[in-house]
Amino acid sequence: MTLLLASFDPPYWLSTLIKVVVVSAVVPTTALILGMVFLFKIMSWMQSRLGPQEAGPRGTLQLLADGVKFLQKEDIAPNGADRWVFKVAPLVVLMSTLLLYVALPASMRLVVADLDVGVFFVLAISSLSVIGVLMAGWASANKYSLMGALRAAGQLIAYELPMVLAVVGVVIQAGTMSLNGIVFAQADGAIFGWGGIGNPYILTQFVGFFIFIAAVQAELTQPPFDMPVAESEIVSGYQVEYTGFRFLIFFLAEFATAFAFAAIAAVLFLGGWAVPWLPTSSDWYYVLGPIVLFAKVMMVAFIIFWVRFTYPRFREDQLQSLAWKVLIPLALVNIVVTAALKVVL
Amino acid sequence: MTAVSDPQSVAALAAEAVDNRINLDFETEGMTLNMGPQHPATHGTMRIVARLDGEQVISAEPMCGYMHRGYEKLTEVRTYPQINALINRIDWLGSFANEVPFILAAEKLMDVEAPPRAQWIRTILFEMSRIANISLFLGDFGLQLGGMTAAFYAFRDREWVLNQIESATGGRFHPNFDRIGGLKDDLPKGWIDSSHTAMDKLLAFCDELEDLLVGNEIFQARTRGIGVIPAEIALSYGLSGANLRASGVDWDLRRDNCPPGLVYDKADWKVWTHPDGDCFARTWVRLQETREAAKIVKQLLDTIPSGPVMAKVPRIIKVPEGEAYVATENPLGEMGYYVVSKGDLVPFRVKIRSASFNNVSIVPWVARGAYVPDLVSILGSLYFILGDIDR
Repeated sequence: MTLLLASFDPPYWLSTLIKVVVVSAVVPTTALILGMVFLFKIMSWMQSRLGPQEAGPRGTLQLLADGVKFLQKEDIAPNGADRWVFKVAPLVVLMSTLLLYVALPASMRLVVADLDVGVFFVLAISSLSVIGVLMAGWASANKYSLMGALRAAGQLIAYELPMVLAVVGVVIQAGTMSLNGIVFAQADGAIFGWGGIGNPYILTQFVGFFIFIAAVQAELTQPPFDMPVAESEIVSGYQVEYTGFRFLIFFLAEFATAFAFAAIAAVLFLGGWAVPWLPTSSDWYYVLGPIVLFAKVMMVAFIIFWVRFTYPRFREDQLQSLAWKVLIPLALVNIVVTAALKVVL
Repeated sequence: MTAVSDPQSVAALAAEAVDNRINLDFETEGMTLNMGPQHPATHGTMRIVARLDGEQVISAEPMCGYMHRGYEKLTEVRTYPQINALINRIDWLGSFANEVPFILAAEKLMDVEAPPRAQWIRTILFEMSRIANISLFLGDFGLQLGGMTAAFYAFRDREWVLNQIESATGGRFHPNFDRIGGLKDDLPKGWIDSSHTAMDKLLAFCDELEDLLVGNEIFQARTRGIGVIPAEIALSYGLSGANLRASGVDWDLRRDNCPPGLVYDKADWKVWTHPDGDCFARTWVRLQETREAAKIVKQLLDTIPSGPVMAKVPRIIKVPEGEAYVATENPLGEMGYYVVSKGDLVPFRVKIRSASFNNVSIVPWVARGAYVPDLVSILGSLYFILGDIDR
């Protein structure tokens, strides 16, 4: 089986078709898994309540039932809305999510496009979603939507810089911007000459990991940084006028992006699809790689959602001062220390 | 009455500065944001017309009356026992506390006194409804600030108190248990022990919430120094209850002016105040108040006397001619009934003084210059209940 996969070398049209099908199947699936496991089960467990119980065994099909319900709803555009922009906006958000999956490696060759600048690509693409959010907020002709969209745009300035700077430390240590290259560097690395478990960068880049997770939280507009969609203040912000499948697209994009960022964090800091004691050239990774990556993603996602369910939300200006006064200086110090150690060692 | 502390005078200066800024001839084009009548932060049907400059609130005007039910008029065509069922619906989270001042006013007019056991049980149930009310506030305020989990914990642990109220009175939210001259029934068997357990659970809930929410840095960043109300301003707007105590005014009707028929002097407890007057102070005072209420209940449960729960009153209640005002320290603040009787089966006129109506009257003053997220903190921490505003 693994040998068969290793020798599989399809023509260009077939590989393109496979990639399109896989990405468009994986994105909703990941969103469903995260929504089901964390939003329903883990959240209800943390809040000492039962959660969904009726749809499917122990309520596991609740999200599918919700999705079907959304599809049945009428697609309403408000009266004063800029109809064309209003309808396109969710697709723009979803597009940025789909593009994120292009560069994610699930093993050495199970990757849609193994870019040399993979890190750069995912960070750049992820901020595109704000364009869709701004479009949605502006076109909705609603004051709450507009405030939510402007908050999202302001938030982008605050978290994007710490996120990039946090990743720079990893890039310096790995010496490459390719996501697969970073996985290899961690698998082949050594801790003070001991290569037993490789060198997952969470051990050396723990400051970067902390900053990255905080910035991811802001990117995903989750508590404590959920000001753009704050229900109790601006009533879900830019999503307030959306109904039916367009709202569903926002929902899908949010959770698929959460999965993608958890995967990026797993690749950058936890060693990605590789496990210790099995060389990265092994053919077993065609099967094992996605499983290992998925396990690591769930660990990171648990942290992300744990924080989401626990903390109250910041105010917009408090996020700005946190980002500019704490996270960015911390990330810069981290870069300097990493670079110095890289030169010395 | 305490002196104005430093943060309070700073806040007053800031409010003045905003006033001056607003009065400038040159003003950028603002935006009027209509928060409500259907908005999560108003938890009910209140409307706040906020004039915004960016995200800063230039003026905020609360518009009440969407839920006006005409209770004061309805009391004029209902007998006293019927009114008792009606006024349960004023502050629907702490219903039993609504009945007590009205019944006490009627008792005062009729010159009846409830037997000691009834007085004890009244006080216990009064404090239990306070706990039911404020413990929900503590969780709900977390929800207002974005922390979902606290609200679910509050709903979970409030159930302990509601179960006790239900097993004693038969009603979870609207007991309708108080009678002129006593109570409807005696306590059920085993109620005292299970109430002790419930109070222990509630004290543990207070500790848990202090860890989860009140001690949280983000929570403190969102509430400390936000919506500061100096003591003079609070008094001049007629604030009462925890909102007033959070501004440093040591004032509690339970201790200072306890009407006969409640036995707060039989328990050892403390009135908590906080000097800051901000949203955090209001939350903290309520948290301490919940703890004190649990302590009061536990002490009174141990000293509850035996005897009847109903004094001798005529079967058909006719209140002699006269006027009486009785106010008690309800969960939301001072609640009083001014009852005017002409010796009939029904009162001639009842004026209901409910705390929330006065408490929201300060919103235009305190919201000026705040940001939209702070407006939510302020509204949440002032803690009004729509039924209590609109009656």
